[in-house]
Amino acid sequence: MNGAAAILKALEMQGVDLIFGHPGGTIMPTYDALYDSPIRHVLVRHEQAGVHAATAYARASGRVGVCMATSGPGALNLVTGLQDALMDSTPVVALTGNVPQALIGTDAFQEADVVGITQPVTKHNIQVRNVNDIPRIIAEAFYIASTGRPGPVLIDFPKDVQQAEFTGTFDVEVDLPGYKPTYKGHPRQIERALEALQKAEKPILMVGGGAQNAAQEIMVFAEKSGIPVIPTLMGLGAFPGTHPQCLGMPGMHGSVAANRAIHHADTILAIGLRFDDRVTGKVSRFAPNAHTIIHVDIDPAEIGKLIKTAIPVVGDAKWVAAELAKGAKKLNISKWLGQLEDWKTKHPFAWKPKPHLQSQEVIQAFWEATRGKAVVTSGVGQHQMFAAQFYKFDAPRSWINSGGLGTMGVGLPFAIGAALARPGELVIDFDGDGSFQMTLQELATLKKLDLNVKIVILNNGFLGMVRQWQDLFHARRYSEVYLADSNPDFAKLAEAYGIKGITLSDKAKLHETVKEVLAHPGPVLLEARVYHEEGVFPMIPSGGAAEDMIIENPRETVAGD
Amino acid sequence: MRHLVSVLVQDNPGVLQRIAGLIARRGFNIESLAVGRTHQPGLSRISLVVSGDDAVLEQVEKQLNRLIEVIKVTDHAEPHVERELALVKVSIAGMEERLEVKDIAEAFRARIVDVARKSIIFELTGDSTKVNNFVEALRPYGLLEVMRTGAVGMSRGEQVLKVREKKAV
Repeated sequence: MNGAAAILKALEMQGVDLIFGHPGGTIMPTYDALYDSPIRHVLVRHEQAGVHAATAYARASGRVGVCMATSGPGALNLVTGLQDALMDSTPVVALTGNVPQALIGTDAFQEADVVGITQPVTKHNIQVRNVNDIPRIIAEAFYIASTGRPGPVLIDFPKDVQQAEFTGTFDVEVDLPGYKPTYKGHPRQIERALEALQKAEKPILMVGGGAQNAAQEIMVFAEKSGIPVIPTLMGLGAFPGTHPQCLGMPGMHGSVAANRAIHHADTILAIGLRFDDRVTGKVSRFAPNAHTIIHVDIDPAEIGKLIKTAIPVVGDAKWVAAELAKGAKKLNISKWLGQLEDWKTKHPFAWKPKPHLQSQEVIQAFWEATRGKAVVTSGVGQHQMFAAQFYKFDAPRSWINSGGLGTMGVGLPFAIGAALARPGELVIDFDGDGSFQMTLQELATLKKLDLNVKIVILNNGFLGMVRQWQDLFHARRYSEVYLADSNPDFAKLAEAYGIKGITLSDKAKLHETVKEVLAHPGPVLLEARVYHEEGVFPMIPSGGAAEDMIIENPRETVAGD
Repeated sequence: MRHLVSVLVQDNPGVLQRIAGLIARRGFNIESLAVGRTHQPGLSRISLVVSGDDAVLEQVEKQLNRLIEVIKVTDHAEPHVERELALVKVSIAGMEERLEVKDIAEAFRARIVDVARKSIIFELTGDSTKVNNFVEALRPYGLLEVMRTGAVGMSRGEQVLKVREKKAV
């Protein structure tokens, strides 16, 4: 057995049955071994799509996603996706080939310092230098990726290591003296948290991406205590969007009720989130009335990083939420709940109807038609925010987007990864005309796999979010955001790949078109030609606070349609 | 505020780059970084001098702890020994200067490790303040080269930096 075969055997032992990848010179020994392996390989058309698909696979399934690339350009194409997985704490293992060890450092063909370059974009990375280390290093990589705060791990295999004869053992132990994640929160801290909540007059619970694994426990805690719940963009689905206690997401494009609740809250329990600036706005003005912030996170470095924390709880969201649920008592907060209900009723996410087809109504129509049962992905921009606002996520792991890094182009590769993670389930990619064109080559992968993915391009002919900022903050100087004059006919583009393409621009045909898209078996691309100058609201301008929230589009009254 | 931080790490290739990269990336200010092997195979020890308030120091420790190869991080707030080694090359114009410079060196207990016709190299050990003062005392005579190792340190008494459960990721 050579190193390459050992790599695949070690992966199998980790339970890997699927790799997203693209072959090339230095990874060829492993692709040769793959020919005889039971592990399934999905050939993507660009390595970036491979790491994104692996990320979505991980987020949709809770398992580790695996991707593979060759040295140099192949490996460097992973960089964006690795940082994306790092920022959204996703367990991914990336395998890369490298030039033979004798050539390392000589500027060989397709050589790059991949371990050096990917150090800041991974939770950990390592180059294998001895063929017999393969099983141990792979076991460690999966352990590191999937435990504690999950994240991407890259393993670099010089070609000669893949070719060398393997004489080692697969019976390996993971021994990492510097890595001991804390799962069990300190009981005294949990007690203090429960006491603080009992005393609170205006408490809220915020749940983030770290809570996706703890949905059940959070539900028990929330229903026992009656606490209002605010899931962040990454936490959508960790608590059902249609639950009466749910206030919607907070932050820059969050709901009025959520942002006002944070502003007025005296006690905040935050589970599995990291107070991103898109959630907090200006940190010094965030939650000005909260005398007690309780922060539960498995990564101690997140606690106190940005927000002063009264009660830190280092531990796993699932474990801590279960303990909180055990000790929870009904909170006496009816006056507070009344206030929140009032804001919720007065200011739901809404849009002003126009004669044109509008992004919001397209998403709403899909939500209604699917009864919220789809796994949804998106690119980055206005359409992403609209999807977060108008598709109500009731189940964990059903909303897969790029929250931290804001990577345009993730929508389609995320949809492919999610569809493979959740066979038999419907996947919808709400995408933008700008985002979609960053990875559209993956239509080929989608066609080949014939997955039940519905791509809904909300085509407004603009880089809409940038245009919105230019509108509001740059005196409407629309600098380099116009796409409509050179966008392709998206439906025809899909047809060119052998995928059913549909174009919709007539508002009156929305519901029948949604039905048609959903009824068609296999992949469909719907181009929805939507109103070109829509804005996402409410909006807290960058660096602002809840009080600065713009609830409705200020242009609507001035510019009209 | 100045803090001396000791870091026990697995002696893997690239570990120094990982630590230096983290410090640069997170925008921490470091005055010096010294690294060397320990008595235990596979383990190295790094001394960092960091400036910042308590919140910065807390982040430095926590972020270092996130690195898989970092086994233990300690801020030497407790009584500890701190030393730095410096080589200082001074230009010498004449006999009178030579004697003056030797007097200063004696006061600092610096050793002469090289003597040439127009220069002397001194070796000095001490805490960073002592090294600063020595360098300043010699400045008027013409400093040709100064090489400092950066501060290294350890706690006094039985307290040691060793492999055991650290406080998690």
